Amino acid sequence: MSQTFSLDGQSIAFEPGQTILQAAEAAGVFIPHLCYHPEFKPHGSCKLCTVKANGRQTASCTMRAVPGMVVESNTEEINAERRALTQMLFVEGNHFCPSCEKSGNCQLQATAYHLGMMSPHYDHFFPNRAVDASHPEVLLDFNRCILCSLCVRASRDVDGKNVFALSGRGIKTHLIVNAKSGRLTDTDFTLDDKAAQVCPVGVILKKRQGFAVPIGERKYDKAPISAMTEQNKLTEEG
Amino acid sequence: MVQILREVQEALDWISPEAIDLLEALLQVPRTKIEGVAGFYSFLYLEPRGRYRILFSDNITDRMLGNQALLERLCNSLWIEPGKVSEDGLVSVDHTSCTGLCDQGPALLVNNLAIGRLTAERIDRIAELVRSETPLVDWPAEFFLIEDNIQRADILLASDIKPGDALRAARALAPDEGLLASNMRSWREGLPTGLGGPAAVLDEIKRANLRGRGGAGFTTALKWEACRNAPLKAGQQRIVVCNADEGEPGTFKDRVLLTRQADLVIEGMTVAAYAVGATRGFIYLRGEYRYLLDALNAVLARRRTENLLGANILGIPGANFDIEIHLGAGAYVCGEESALIESLEGKRGTPRNRPPFPVTNGYMDQPTIVNNVETFAAAALIALHGGDWYAAIGTKHSAGTKILSVSGDCARPGIYEYPFGVTVRQVLEDCGASDTQAVQVSGPSGVCIAPAEFDRIIGFEDIPTAGAFTIFDTSRDMFEVARNYVHFFQHESCGFCTPCRVGTSLLKNLMDKLHKGCGSPYDFAEIEKLNQLLQSMSHCGLGHTACNPVLDTIARFRPAYDKRMMQQDFTPAFDLDQALSQARQMTGRDDAAAHLSTEHGGAA
Repeated sequence: MSQTFSLDGQSIAFEPGQTILQAAEAAGVFIPHLCYHPEFKPHGSCKLCTVKANGRQTASCTMRAVPGMVVESNTEEINAERRALTQMLFVEGNHFCPSCEKSGNCQLQATAYHLGMMSPHYDHFFPNRAVDASHPEVLLDFNRCILCSLCVRASRDVDGKNVFALSGRGIKTHLIVNAKSGRLTDTDFTLDDKAAQVCPVGVILKKRQGFAVPIGERKYDKAPISAMTEQNKLTEEG
Repeated sequence: MVQILREVQEALDWISPEAIDLLEALLQVPRTKIEGVAGFYSFLYLEPRGRYRILFSDNITDRMLGNQALLERLCNSLWIEPGKVSEDGLVSVDHTSCTGLCDQGPALLVNNLAIGRLTAERIDRIAELVRSETPLVDWPAEFFLIEDNIQRADILLASDIKPGDALRAARALAPDEGLLASNMRSWREGLPTGLGGPAAVLDEIKRANLRGRGGAGFTTALKWEACRNAPLKAGQQRIVVCNADEGEPGTFKDRVLLTRQADLVIEGMTVAAYAVGATRGFIYLRGEYRYLLDALNAVLARRRTENLLGANILGIPGANFDIEIHLGAGAYVCGEESALIESLEGKRGTPRNRPPFPVTNGYMDQPTIVNNVETFAAAALIALHGGDWYAAIGTKHSAGTKILSVSGDCARPGIYEYPFGVTVRQVLEDCGASDTQAVQVSGPSGVCIAPAEFDRIIGFEDIPTAGAFTIFDTSRDMFEVARNYVHFFQHESCGFCTPCRVGTSLLKNLMDKLHKGCGSPYDFAEIEKLNQLLQSMSHCGLGHTACNPVLDTIARFRPAYDKRMMQQDFTPAFDLDQALSQARQMTGRDDAAAHLSTEHGGAA
């Protein structure tokens, strides 16, 4: 018999070892998140999935469920803070949705819609980040990187290649690729890599495939991210 | 990895792509890992930074002593811009976070070696030495003299115990040889028992009511007991780590403890090892204290010859424990224990997700205790004199003494050791402070208090502290103090979690906006909101406390902020006229028509 905890008043069953987020997903309850991916070890860096567990704020992707735990997630207070975090991610990088190939399939954009983000609120940082178009099949547009490190984990843990890593510190933290030249073409990265499939935003893009599905008919155009199951989220066309 | 990179850096002046090629082949690790780690630490350079790398300590106390003018003087003299490398690749001059010489500032680091008491004359001589390319070993020795400045010594600083005394006392707590032997065996096998010497030492620490001296004040005996009781997997051992990454701006007491009482600290670590059953130890020494490394290694070597470290310590069979020193490389966040452990493992110093805690899953997933330098020194005395003796010192809730690092506006800055319970007023009197406006206790992550609170006491029940005690007299602008601290947190945020990475930058921008005269009540509300967010969403203590200096100074020194509320209504930080400055520079114009008048303030 499985144990339960309370999430916004709803009883959620969980298996021992499951995190709050995993149990909620399994029960069909959506908790916003960006750096979490069901196939990888939780990381806990984006903090979008923060909930109040027994009155204490914690990342639900790394906090294991405990029987009888009282968890608040979908409250105005927490959603306001999540909205602020989303705004921070928008102003930290250069996110121009109307011209982005990922628009409509982008988890950051979809999360912003879900949280009712109406403006970036903060002053833009407008960082100067070069794109890497060196690879024959893949374009890297670092302007959109939110440092979720999913590509890092995918390349290291699934592909066994360590193509990506984070370097720098603080606001200067940035994605690097595994080549002396610093260019993707000088790595063993291919389009078949797991790391090519996991970017929640529009950093890792397949070349020569622009707007194959028109904006307006894409995954999150059709249904909000909160209505997506994890499996739907993973497939590009949803 | 961090140690290897540091040595590469010391040999080559930077970590070149070619050096990374070799490391990649030699260590069999991907290039991304090497660059990821090197990129995290301020003192590891992936780009050439000159053969002389001069970093001015930029704590508020350095600022108060005029470090900015000295930096400009040096830059002018060397014909370079701050932050850039000279064209001949000889020298670079930049800022760094507090280097722990607040009592003898302004200070700088040249190739990670500290020079204090900077004056215009000293700066001019440094410029000459750089220009003449004099090797650092030939620089005047008096430049590198660091004073201890002990103004008040108590049980720790005045202790004259002989190396091994505390260990022998700990050993003597074992009721008889047979029980000790069984206890040592159970320790080796990873099965803690409640018998004999080690458990008795733990009892003494418990009785002493010793709490961690790093600021958080966790009960030391609980931590040690949890580590001792943590199960060992095959091939694992327990680890004792001394946190000497004294990075909190305004703190320098560990520097003095490690200079004057290194034996006491190491003895305390060995007592801890004996109590928890650890066989391996580390001292994580901040990179700014590089100059202490050789002396500390010499103490470790001597203690090995005295049979106080190594195998069968004091002839107790199986009592094996040795210590190695890891140098940090310029990252404040590594003072957080799980980030410190990551750094020890040769990774980026990012705080871990907890639980699990280091006492069960620490260094290389092994049970680990991390304690402050001062905690270990106190533990050694407790082993020697007993827990009851120690508990009688200080107050009911705060046993023992606390070493304060006093700096700022006072006649006698330096090190003051007091029994817990001393009032702020007493300390101010002793150090000859007058006309005091504020005291920042425990650095920017601590509290800023005003004169009305000077009768409060230093202790866990009132003002807990890691040791910093920074004094500001009435001539100081408390807004600028807070702004300096906000810049510090922004610089030291590890960048792992969104709220701290972006939030500390937003806060810095807001404070700079107020500084420029574009502040309005709207910005106050924004600061308040950011604080809420950082408190509730951040991954670790750095983010939780990053807003403290601002909130404290707003609450207590409101006029310093009101002075800057030049605008009634929201005013953008963006300054159109300022944005045109580049165009003016390029066209060589500076006439009236090349300027835009802005309705609100903010014009340069």
